Amino acid sequence: MKGFWHDAADFFPILMNGVALTIVVTIGSLLLSTVLGLIWAMMRVSGIKALSMLSASLINVIRGIPIIVLLFYLYFVMPDLGVTLSALQAAILGLGIAYSAYQAENFRAGIEAIDKGQIEAAQSIGMGWWLTMRRVVLPQAVRIVLPPYGNVMIMMLKDSSQASTITVAELALQGKLIASSTFKNTSVFTLVALMYLTMSIPLILLVRHFEKRAGKR
Amino acid sequence: MIELKDVHKSFGRVEVLKGITASVQKGEVVCIIGPSGSGKSTILRCINGLESYDRGEISIEGLKVDRDAPSIVNIRTQVSMVFQRFNLFPHRTALENVIEGPLFVKKEPRAQAFERGRALLARVGLAEKADVHPPQLSGGQQQRVAIARALAMQPKAILFDEPTSALDPELVGDVLGVMRKLADEGMTMVVVTHEMGFARDVADRVLFIDGGVIVEQGPAKALLNQPQHPRTQDFLRRVLHPL
Repeated sequence: MKGFWHDAADFFPILMNGVALTIVVTIGSLLLSTVLGLIWAMMRVSGIKALSMLSASLINVIRGIPIIVLLFYLYFVMPDLGVTLSALQAAILGLGIAYSAYQAENFRAGIEAIDKGQIEAAQSIGMGWWLTMRRVVLPQAVRIVLPPYGNVMIMMLKDSSQASTITVAELALQGKLIASSTFKNTSVFTLVALMYLTMSIPLILLVRHFEKRAGKR
Repeated sequence: MIELKDVHKSFGRVEVLKGITASVQKGEVVCIIGPSGSGKSTILRCINGLESYDRGEISIEGLKVDRDAPSIVNIRTQVSMVFQRFNLFPHRTALENVIEGPLFVKKEPRAQAFERGRALLARVGLAEKADVHPPQLSGGQQQRVAIARALAMQPKAILFDEPTSALDPELVGDVLGVMRKLADEGMTMVVVTHEMGFARDVADRVLFIDGGVIVEQGPAKALLNQPQHPRTQDFLRRVLHPL
């Protein structure tokens, strides 16, 4: 145990660099997946058949490709097509696109859970589609969507480790590099696991808070 | 003011409206009565474009109602609707519910919208509930807020879709009281209702609808006291003397 704390003190600063990148990848891809997910969801519920079908197809394609393949494609294939991305850009883009499909389905479920009478009431006072969404549907859907959104945040934090496969030196890759050079696998990966857990716990509590608030309605 | 000419409407294979022709004059209160599923609510929903109709024509002051045309927004701001289940926005206070349309649809100045909103809440007897959210209000209070919301659009007519059906019996009177006041002030109203007392006392005309057609129509007192058609007689006997 004493050895672990000694190792922890040695490796902690390097691993913290990884933590910083893990946070950047998670927040970046979370923002991107939220924006894209919202766009796909709006297209799905727009009532315009072509947009709805396009969105459904996109969601299915994205869901059907493993995240790691998407990352490889963006990082290794895109340069062949003349688009070169840094590892960090490819990671944020890949995870953002991959998770946008799940976000879209989550948002769509939230929007469709709103009572039809709310939409009719908005229409009856002359609101158009966008105003109805902005003023009536989305503010109510947010409360329904927040608990699963929190879960997506936790999953993204953990899945940010997949960025290591395209050389982003986030927490998991930093741990792997230290372990392979020091052979102190137990200390390093225990520390890495504890650091992921430390970041996840506030998010888990946040999800619980969202669930309680949603349950109160 | 509101004209319906040979209006037909089907849901799938079921024809709900089979050629409705009727008109409502400015300042008139028309009650629509009839059994469940007879098409009463569908008529209201077609008038303000919440439902499309298949054949015939509906017009409001000469402007054709077409739910897919841009003019529908204009029609809806002129003909407000009050729903059976109130349909207030639960995430907004009573006052915010009332001013939502004036602020965001009619682009009324904020201060003016707030002032008018408070006045309207006072008019329906809910001045002190301005900052309360709908779930904290009784059904009757919610329906009165919904009426204030409809009035906030300064409509030329209001459509009421069974406004008291979802209320506890003891709360019905407050809502009918507000509606009676509106009628006295000359508001054009089309009311789908099972409240025969209200129809008799307040309505100018009553339409009895069954099976998607107007079976009988006439002055309220005459139709409700001395119905001519056997189907109307049977319906009123069942409603007024259920035992």
